[in-house]
Amino acid sequence: MPGDLPPDASGIAAREAADEPGRHTLFWLQSGGCGGCSMSLLNADSPDLFAALDLGRIDVLAHPSLCEASGEDHHALIAEILAGRQPLDILCVEGAILRGPSGTGRFHLQPGTGKPVMRLVEELAPIARHVVAIGSCTAFGGVSAAGDNVTEACGLAFDGAEPGGLLGPAFRSRSGLPPISIAGCPTHPGWIVETLVQLGHGTLGASDLDAFGRPRFYADHLVHHGCTRNEFYEYKASAKEPGQLGCLMEHMGCIGTQVHGDCNMRAWNGEGSCIRGGYPCIGCTEPRFGERDAPFLETPKRGGIPVGLPTDMPKAWFVALASLAKAATPERLRRNALSERIAVPPGKASGKPK
Amino acid sequence: MTRLVAGPFNRVEGDLEIRLDVEDGRIAAAYVNSPLYRGFEQILVGKAPADALVYVPRICGICSVSQSIAAAAALANAQGLRPPENGAHLQNIVLAAENIADHLTHFYLFFMPDFARGIYAGEPWAKAAARFQAMGGDAQREFLPARAAFLRIMGLLAGHWPHTLGLQPGGTTRAIGRAEQTRLLGYIAGLRRFLEATFYGDGLEAVAALDSADALDAWEADASGGDLRAFLAFSRGAGLERLGPGPGLYLSFGAYPLDSRPAFARGVWDGGATGPLREEDIAEDHARAWMVRAAEGPRPPSRGLTLPDADAADAYSWCKAPRLAGRVAETGAFARQLVDGQPLVMSLSTRSGSNARNRVIARTVEVARLVLLLERWTAAVRPDDPFCVTMPMPDDARGAGMIEAARGSLGHWLDIRKGRIFNYQIIAPTTWNFSPRDGSGQPGACEAALVGAPVRPGEATPIAVQHIVRSFDPCMVCTVH
Repeated sequence: MPGDLPPDASGIAAREAADEPGRHTLFWLQSGGCGGCSMSLLNADSPDLFAALDLGRIDVLAHPSLCEASGEDHHALIAEILAGRQPLDILCVEGAILRGPSGTGRFHLQPGTGKPVMRLVEELAPIARHVVAIGSCTAFGGVSAAGDNVTEACGLAFDGAEPGGLLGPAFRSRSGLPPISIAGCPTHPGWIVETLVQLGHGTLGASDLDAFGRPRFYADHLVHHGCTRNEFYEYKASAKEPGQLGCLMEHMGCIGTQVHGDCNMRAWNGEGSCIRGGYPCIGCTEPRFGERDAPFLETPKRGGIPVGLPTDMPKAWFVALASLAKAATPERLRRNALSERIAVPPGKASGKPK
Repeated sequence: MTRLVAGPFNRVEGDLEIRLDVEDGRIAAAYVNSPLYRGFEQILVGKAPADALVYVPRICGICSVSQSIAAAAALANAQGLRPPENGAHLQNIVLAAENIADHLTHFYLFFMPDFARGIYAGEPWAKAAARFQAMGGDAQREFLPARAAFLRIMGLLAGHWPHTLGLQPGGTTRAIGRAEQTRLLGYIAGLRRFLEATFYGDGLEAVAALDSADALDAWEADASGGDLRAFLAFSRGAGLERLGPGPGLYLSFGAYPLDSRPAFARGVWDGGATGPLREEDIAEDHARAWMVRAAEGPRPPSRGLTLPDADAADAYSWCKAPRLAGRVAETGAFARQLVDGQPLVMSLSTRSGSNARNRVIARTVEVARLVLLLERWTAAVRPDDPFCVTMPMPDDARGAGMIEAARGSLGHWLDIRKGRIFNYQIIAPTTWNFSPRDGSGQPGACEAALVGAPVRPGEATPIAVQHIVRSFDPCMVCTVH
């Protein structure tokens, strides 16, 4: 709604509307990351990437894996955007903002200009109608900020779970939205294209984002939802070694009952997810992903009880239900949980489930 | 002399800047700068050894599985552990799938679009090249769905790609049964169909059987169709065989181990003959990198040092300069196939050496060979046998994981003390190829390959430079891990 937009001194919005009504420009900037979210984006399959861009009426001005321009053409495009002559609707930033060493940004300089990339992001963000943080590094700092964070990595609007980051907690893009955090490491291609298409269609508003700016269409779910190991979870029949079929929460470090994401409701690469691949959820969509108090493949416990309990579950109930469930575990699940393949099939079917 | 600063290079993974000195319409000197530092070797210090498998894939989005495999190999080496046969097969399948996807992504998204540029509008092949236009030419619109369908292998065996925790020192965490084995064969068959119909315009076996440069010329002339033949025609028109000569020393750590022997051999190719690779010959030179320098000079990676120093004297890159007994080596598919004695690549090497054209051809040869291997490895999986074994990690141990990623030799060197990572050093393929000068002034492989490349009047980022740079398929995010 143009009436809701903040004052537009440069007049970009007016020109934009006059330019090509209904179409949206996208500029994708790689900051300090691994490029994996771009690679994940290319995995989009329903619809595939080009079909999704068509659907959202999105014109890609620049993407590092896709566009023809290099060097001077790329710099000229950025100059046009900064001068307000080229409208910019969607700015996607991929990768953490590297502020080091000592706040200079010298750990990541833009090729060809020697300008700190963090400065470029600061210049482009207020011009874009929407700002999108692609992946957990861009949203929060992510793995790039792990350890002693020697590169002084942070996200666009968060530094870990703390509001702030490069742009500060009060930043709103021209649309009035905070940076949209498509968190994940990598992020799911469906999360990206569905966000972009919704932006293209004008159907994504502030109430569609959670407190960390994550689109609620995937962040209102827990990774636990749709987990294929649910029966093992119900009976606390747990795996003890990599590759075993049992629930990964009790011993193998899985925090899928606490982590936001619809990873087990929508497939990754056609049919996968971390847990379907046999390894635990390590919480890659969460603001503090990258550091853990215990090794990732171990479940920290106090008095034999996992420190991390399922979201919204009181500890006493968890303990009571878990001990009851363990007592009731069918032998089939007890054995299958410790096996690489189904050792005991489900009991003889009556032919007529009641 | 004029000086150009070229960059950024889109359709290259990560950030790259190259300073070019131009004299009489030719590049006289090139200085390759990786202008990003990421600090993974520092992040890993103090972590539990197994946590390396969480961090290292995230060095790189396009080679994440390769980083996983190298870390798993280093951990397994420290433990004295060997995956069971099924685990080894699935590790090889996942790595080969990444390698194939990377080669094809390079071809369709990164390399071919340069032929559709306006600068070639007057060439007789310009119309054919339009198929490869960046941002959604027909070829890209056909390739992306085929790539996504093929990468279902990753959903099946690794949970997802990029970034997996499924590749463990003792094998893989997803045991498969007959149904999954059948689906796997189906995904491979889907790729074969795309390759034969669209990429090669011929059967995989026929392509894999090409055994000389002459045979390739005859194959090209024999029929029309297929994107590879289009490449061969364009590259002749653009003179790619004369661009970007390699250093003459080629390196492969050996790829896809089975029964203690790699499917692609380990070794070096030096001046026309293969020889053994001596790990102790590898050292990293920091003379022109923004890195703290050890007093005694270049160190082997097992005792390597990675501490950034943005004010280091004479430095111009975050990339170190790995050298083999003090010499510059090239790594990648061309080197790998040459060291393995693949007949077509050996013949191309004799005819014109490593160059912008032959590097691409070596990738296409490798794709054909790998798909045939994928079919064989998949059929060899025995669902009733184990896929993953475990073993405790000693409190103090050292390990090395030396493998081949799509872009060449990748090494991880690990030192564990008191149960924690004490030192972790990584040399990535592009660290070899895109290294800066070393203490004796030798330019890196790409820096040397650019010398002599033509610069047309008015060019700021010369097209020849772009062809040469992309022919290496650099991965800059790995380079500066």
